[in-house]
Amino acid sequence: MCSLPVPREPLRRVAVTGGTHGNEMSGVYLAQHWLQSPAELQRLSFSTVPVLANPAATAACRRYVDHDLNRTFTSSFLNSRPTPDDPYEVTRARELNQLLGPKASGRAFDFVLDLHNTTANMGTCLIAKSSHEVFAMHLCHHLQLQYPELSCQVFLYQQSGEESYNLDSVAKNGLALELGPQPQGVLRADIFSRMRTLVATVLDFIELFNQGTAFPAFEMEAYRPVGVVDFPRTDAGNLAGTVHPQLQDRDFQPLQPGAPIFQMFSGEDLLYEGESTVYPVFINEAAYYEKGIAFVQTEKFTFTVPAMPVLNPAPSPAS
Amino acid sequence: MTSCHLAEAPIKKVAIFGGTHGNELTGVFLVKHWLENGAEIQRTGLEVKPFITNPSAVKKCTRYIDCDLNRIFDLENLGKKMSEDLPYEVRRAQEIYHLFGPKGGEDFYDVIFDLHNTTSNMGCTLILEDSRNNFLIQMFHYIKTSLAPLPCYVYLIEHPSLKYATTRSIAKYPVGIEVGPQPQGVLRADILDQMRKMIKHALDFIHHFNEGQEFPPCAIEVYKIIEKVDYPRDANGEIAAVIHPNLQDQDWKPLHPGDPMFLTLDGKTMPLGGDRTVYPVFVNEAAYYEKKEAFAKTTKLTLNAKGIRCSVH
Repeated sequence: MCSLPVPREPLRRVAVTGGTHGNEMSGVYLAQHWLQSPAELQRLSFSTVPVLANPAATAACRRYVDHDLNRTFTSSFLNSRPTPDDPYEVTRARELNQLLGPKASGRAFDFVLDLHNTTANMGTCLIAKSSHEVFAMHLCHHLQLQYPELSCQVFLYQQSGEESYNLDSVAKNGLALELGPQPQGVLRADIFSRMRTLVATVLDFIELFNQGTAFPAFEMEAYRPVGVVDFPRTDAGNLAGTVHPQLQDRDFQPLQPGAPIFQMFSGEDLLYEGESTVYPVFINEAAYYEKGIAFVQTEKFTFTVPAMPVLNPAPSPAS
Repeated sequence: MTSCHLAEAPIKKVAIFGGTHGNELTGVFLVKHWLENGAEIQRTGLEVKPFITNPSAVKKCTRYIDCDLNRIFDLENLGKKMSEDLPYEVRRAQEIYHLFGPKGGEDFYDVIFDLHNTTSNMGCTLILEDSRNNFLIQMFHYIKTSLAPLPCYVYLIEHPSLKYATTRSIAKYPVGIEVGPQPQGVLRADILDQMRKMIKHALDFIHHFNEGQEFPPCAIEVYKIIEKVDYPRDANGEIAAVIHPNLQDQDWKPLHPGDPMFLTLDGKTMPLGGDRTVYPVFVNEAAYYEKKEAFAKTTKLTLNAKGIRCSVH
């Protein structure tokens, strides 16, 4: 169990991490900006630390140097004995675990917000572990209510039995913001500004919670993964086709069995052979080609989120 | 009528380069498939050779290993003594030059198409290096007409200091084919379809020309580079402002003095100065951050070409 069920005390220690992937530029530039001018992160009842998660990858404008940092926060990487040959990101993950964790301990940060971009047309996507993360669910709901025009979709990543491996799992509560489409290495003003506004609203929510605001129960709709589909490939492992024009850019829209998903070099269509409707996400994400993923299949489901316990407001100044 | 036409030698050898930048995937995909099955690019009487120019960069899905292959085909780099210490791309440039370049005036490639993608919203773009090249102006006119109503823009990079030594420049007729927007490391079906059509029309033109078709004098609108504009930077050299939302994705559209150009991280708008309207291209190209280019200013002008016909007919 890596996080407390529901916070019963105000959140005091919060971090916002950018540059976990060094070529996802909204978070890179925001983290660098806040490291110079942290004022806009300040709130009355808690402190927020900006962190540039992967400095070496950021300097090279690459996703990672040796190993995807956002896949490195498992106990096997974090707790194994350090050696001089360790990949850069393994060493860095241990450092971040010391700074923001240790994962699954009482000393971990109360909340980590991790900033990402995708080349997929996922709009404003909020990524949390599961529907049981009551605090994160209320936060997502708050963002959806504040910005109805953004149509924020919630993606819950936890697969049963699998340990979480992402950066924000080191804290007691976490959320990732995934904004797209944006090419790697490109900083778009519209996406940057949206990310910045969303971060401010996340911090405002934590302040509201700390001040004793009531958050009643509600129904939430979210998407959870049920599988992945790779590109069609040649015997040599090269791409044999591309995401079909009718699937491209249609993240979160229903995909029916029999609908085209790939277009081969010859022009022939490959059709979806699943047995039920799925909701594809991360369609044509650049970083997932090497992971063998053309898109992630999700199912949509609805669940009830219980009310959050109301805190007694005790706004001590941020330490 | 035929006396108005310039007689040009038939085109014998054409090369199609992909992967000059290893993460611009449309050209990589097309060339790899044409190497297996080249039917689509064959034309009677014409040798068409597809070729991956930067295989190491393609393998790592990165723009380059040591230096940008598309900037080093100048005499100095091509003339360096071959050694293991040379940057990978310089060694590769010399190999490419020996395979495709002129050998004492004979046995070289007439046309080289070099396939590229950009993260900028440039649509279908043809890149021209010489404003007086009648053959290429005629080819570009043919391609534009054939693609219509799909827009196809011509970018002229002829400039005393801003022109760069491209991979394709070793051919008699170098053609840059640039299609965007597409992120690095992504292959989009719509962009693939556009590039494929551009190649098809280009090869059809060469075939018609070789077969004796006369192409009357024509004119095309081109955008000629004036200067490159860097991002505003702070004292540490870090980017201090972003392409303004009003300019983002507006490649080829007029930008007037006073129009928003950059937006600072503090939310201040920086307008275009000067006294003339320009046409921005390569707006927010990922690979150009390190080259200190936020966009390039161009001016619109018309190029005329004389009529041409193949000299053997």
